[in-house]
Amino acid sequence: MIPTLMLVVLIVFLFVHILPGDPARLVAGTDADEATITLIREDLGLDLPLPKQFLRYVQELSHGNLGRSLRTKRPVTQEIAERFLATLWLTLSSMAWSVLFGMAIGISSAVWRNRWPDRLGMTLAVSGISFPAFALGMMLMQVFSVQLGWLPTVGAETWKHYILPSLTLGAAVAAVMARFTRASFVEVIQEDYVRTARAKGLSESLVVFKHTLRNALIPVVTMMGLQFGFLLGGSIVVETVFNWPGLGRLLVDAVNQRDYPVIQGLVLLFSTEFILINLLVDVLYGAINPSIRYK
Amino acid sequence: MCCMAQSTPASATNKSEVLTITTSQALRTPVSEVVRKFKKQKLAVAAGLFVLLLIVAACAAPWLVPFDPEDYFDYDALNDPPSLAHWFGVDSLGRDIFSRVLMGARISLAAGLCSVAIGAVIGTLMGLLAGYYQGWCERLTMRISDVLLAFPGMLLAIGVVAVMGSSMANVIIAVAVFSVPAFARLVRGNTLALKQMTYVEAVRSVGASDFTIMLRHILPGTISPIVVYGTMRIGTSIITAASLSFLGMGARPPTPEWGAMLNEARADMVIAPHVAIFPALAIFLTVLAFNLLGDGLRDALDPKIEQK
Repeated sequence: MIPTLMLVVLIVFLFVHILPGDPARLVAGTDADEATITLIREDLGLDLPLPKQFLRYVQELSHGNLGRSLRTKRPVTQEIAERFLATLWLTLSSMAWSVLFGMAIGISSAVWRNRWPDRLGMTLAVSGISFPAFALGMMLMQVFSVQLGWLPTVGAETWKHYILPSLTLGAAVAAVMARFTRASFVEVIQEDYVRTARAKGLSESLVVFKHTLRNALIPVVTMMGLQFGFLLGGSIVVETVFNWPGLGRLLVDAVNQRDYPVIQGLVLLFSTEFILINLLVDVLYGAINPSIRYK
Repeated sequence: MCCMAQSTPASATNKSEVLTITTSQALRTPVSEVVRKFKKQKLAVAAGLFVLLLIVAACAAPWLVPFDPEDYFDYDALNDPPSLAHWFGVDSLGRDIFSRVLMGARISLAAGLCSVAIGAVIGTLMGLLAGYYQGWCERLTMRISDVLLAFPGMLLAIGVVAVMGSSMANVIIAVAVFSVPAFARLVRGNTLALKQMTYVEAVRSVGASDFTIMLRHILPGTISPIVVYGTMRIGTSIITAASLSFLGMGARPPTPEWGAMLNEARADMVIAPHVAIFPALAIFLTVLAFNLLGDGLRDALDPKIEQK
């Protein structure tokens, strides 16, 4: 994990150097003279050799310094801190409902395999992975906010503001979870120990929830970790649709205005989060399945 | 895996033997088995036909469109709902939505197919080399995959577009880049398993080169998971490409790209929802067809799944 993280830092650092154009000129603005640009170049350390620049970047990073936004001239960390919670809550609420619903649909599909709950659930699931989030968000907003007037359209003040964006963001994840839970469950429910559990007269609910679910959960947890990455990416689109004051919209604005320090900081943050979540998933494995232990 | 082994040219059978089998009983080759299993899935067959129809329509779109998708403006019919003259209605600039959606199919299909093809070819080669040679080659490939997978897909795509500028070609490259590690891992895993098979040992013992073994004997064995994964990936890629255009990082207006059309439709969503509904439906149905096709192919190609 640490080497991967170091490589990610290296790539994010190189990001500015593979960009077309001179970063110093970008910072200075279009009508700056040569002297100003040279000054800025020295100030940013862009005149130093590349390895030295990288060391400097890592040093700054370890002090929590991500540079300043070209647009607002404020520290990138401050820009991120202001919007971090809005995105975090959105992501977590989406994850919570989609895992809950996805697994419920997946389990009922597997238990009533090839019957109507299965067909309904899997039709919903395949539609869920096929509908793009931005289109779903626009439709939901049109129906529930504009025509029915039940829910607010944009902003993130009350819990009501969270309903539509988190539905939109979680829909695809719920669909993936449902399909995946079903597949894993169907495999486990055919195992000998499930037959044994039934043979010794356990109730069906005990068989499903105690003997099958726990064993079926292992691949599902992996999938959950992967889906977190999807949510982080999806939040970029959903936040644009709902004008959400979060990190995703900050990234879109930063890309459109070529605000490189902000892009750099956000890419670093997103990938670190993703790597940490995958680590957490590995730890969770051990908790769910004691037979998996790491050396 | 065993069926795959039989399908390779390694199993050189006597010609007359094959002929006698054909005449005495229906020959059940791995291919005919796959076709038989696939045909049983009506939904997947329908999805496959829809995809074919879509590809034909996309290729013929310039001759099929009733109006010019970019340069025809009907100022008397702004935001008009669907009618006989304009099947899908008219958008806020007076353009015919049906023509634009049809032309958009070219862009979205090209984006989905090209990006997955690029990703699959590079990923497969990386996976084959990594699985076959192992050692430093494997470590390097898997490290690159790890790093690429450390970025959420959408973020990686946005990063590539931020570096290279926003255009549809760059979107294709961006989406291809994040398909590569998934294919590389998939193929590497299969290569590691196939490499141990007796038939590979046999081919090596008669003096086949590494290159021949990899491309003619290991690749065919891993082609079915690549096809299944690739088909599903096309759907995801179409959504990602449309999302990027929706965010203003891909195709630019007035290009009739579905995601870009939806973004343009946002302003008039309240008075003219049909402007958004048709491109949204187009994305949904296209991606749905690829996903259903992928599901069907998976069930048909996986020898482990035997349905009653």
